[in-house]
Amino acid sequence: MKENLITLGIESSCDETSVAVMKNGREILSNIISSQVDQHKKFGGVVPEVASRKHVENISYVINEALEIAGVTFKDIDMIGVTYGPGLVGALLVGLSTAKALAYSLNVPLVGVNHIEGHIYANFVEYKDLEPPFVCLIVSGGHTHLVHMKDYGVYEVLGKTRDDAAGEAFDKVARAIGLGYPGGPLIDNLAKKGNKDAINFPRTYLEDGSLDFSFSGLKSAVLNYLNNSRQKGIEIVKEDVAACFQQAVIDVLVDKTISAAEKKGLILKYPSLKLCTDNAAMIGCVAYYDYIKGHGADMYLNVVPNLKLGEKL
Amino acid sequence: MNILAIDTSSLVATVAVINEEKLLGEYSINHPRTHSQKLMPIIDELFKTLDITMEDIDLIAVSRGPGSFTGVRIGIATVKGLAHPHNIPVLGISSLEGLANNISYSKELICPIMDARRNQVYTGVYKWQDYRLKNVISDRPLTIKELMDLLIDRDEKIIFLGDGLIRYKDEISNTLGDKAIFAPQYVNMQRASSIAQLALDKIKNKEAKPQSYLDIAPTYLRKSEAERQYEEKMKRCVVHE
Ligand SMILES: [Zn+2]
Repeated sequence: MKENLITLGIESSCDETSVAVMKNGREILSNIISSQVDQHKKFGGVVPEVASRKHVENISYVINEALEIAGVTFKDIDMIGVTYGPGLVGALLVGLSTAKALAYSLNVPLVGVNHIEGHIYANFVEYKDLEPPFVCLIVSGGHTHLVHMKDYGVYEVLGKTRDDAAGEAFDKVARAIGLGYPGGPLIDNLAKKGNKDAINFPRTYLEDGSLDFSFSGLKSAVLNYLNNSRQKGIEIVKEDVAACFQQAVIDVLVDKTISAAEKKGLILKYPSLKLCTDNAAMIGCVAYYDYIKGHGADMYLNVVPNLKLGEKL
Repeated sequence: MNILAIDTSSLVATVAVINEEKLLGEYSINHPRTHSQKLMPIIDELFKTLDITMEDIDLIAVSRGPGSFTGVRIGIATVKGLAHPHNIPVLGISSLEGLANNISYSKELICPIMDARRNQVYTGVYKWQDYRLKNVISDRPLTIKELMDLLIDRDEKIIFLGDGLIRYKDEISNTLGDKAIFAPQYVNMQRASSIAQLALDKIKNKEAKPQSYLDIAPTYLRKSEAERQYEEKMKRCVVHE
């Protein structure tokens, strides 16, 4: 095998078109993220057809920028890694179709990457010496997972959400208090100005020992609180609602994560914010480790919108 | 000049390689499996049989729509990926013109119709003049009734083709009677060789200039449902103010 393997990573599962050039899996040579958030704001959420249209408009430009920033050409690319699920089917198809055609045209290997795995591997990009095993909490707009990562590509899913993902709850609460989209950063900003002990929202832990999550009860409690306050003419302090809601989510996430690890003297690590959003660096990283383990895909590779963690082709 | 042509605007995945002298090969599959799983494998198969690679391709012609949004996007996204490393020029061709061009040198009008859902078809009207295919009514989404209204007073007979026939053949037949002719199966659906020939002719006659992979984009002829509803809402807001 070559001394250095250069991976072109492509990610288009939701509303970010991202392309990265990675050296040996963990070193970012470039990581371009073209966000469409402004296009979707007026609709109050990501519109799949609008996202797909934007992806196809942008993708080649983003690829060129990634190559340019990395200071490489296509000749330097040893493999292509692309997200094939989970995500929005139309959005995924743009990245996948382009990636397959690129791999074919360049005659380099293609690796299909699970997007959720990408979020875990963002830690490998951030921490060059980090090795499995570890427990990992994955929270985003689309997923809430608690995972025991035993080795590269080997997972035990300890718990996941039974209803809304944490991020969905954020979006719905943000809408209810008139914040707009995307809910996560808007609530977080507002919460900083609020009193997190002002309102007592429920924490749902489910049955004893369960590491699953449920946020729909909390979401309903917030909506009920807003309705009751409005009916009774009680002034709603949005800052407090945001702070108390956010704290209720965080308490459950943290408690469950710590009890999953079952150990004292734990070390907490998390990627920088840029690597926490949807990005192609993390996809390129997964592709690298899958590739050196002998995984690859052929030209029949298709998107799997509801791909589960740990599922391999 | 070797041209690779691709059309994924309907259920048919079709690819062809043509040059000034001959059609080297064509591969079409009419199967509901997704284009994501059909398109690259048939390109690969065709190239292997012809013993060529992307290095041998001088131009990529692609059906840019209208048609299935997702289908057209798979075609365009694939073309972008194929063309990019070798900077191969790209030419987008109307999927409806491609269909019309399946019928050579007819004296009748040619009316391709593609099912556009929401009770509409993507359609246009074409005609051969001096052995050149001319567009008489530009590509647009219409209800079948609106299309019939445009055609009922024409003197010429009209050849219909495309996947819109599955749903609307009877209605067309009932409205236009003997004036309506329906294309046989072997030319009724999209064929990449027709897209390839149009590209070759348009370049030879200087009617079209190839584009970069960067700028080739689908022709949807329709906004997304969300944008349409948003605009409706905005219009209502203005009225209320
Ligand atoms: Zn994500």
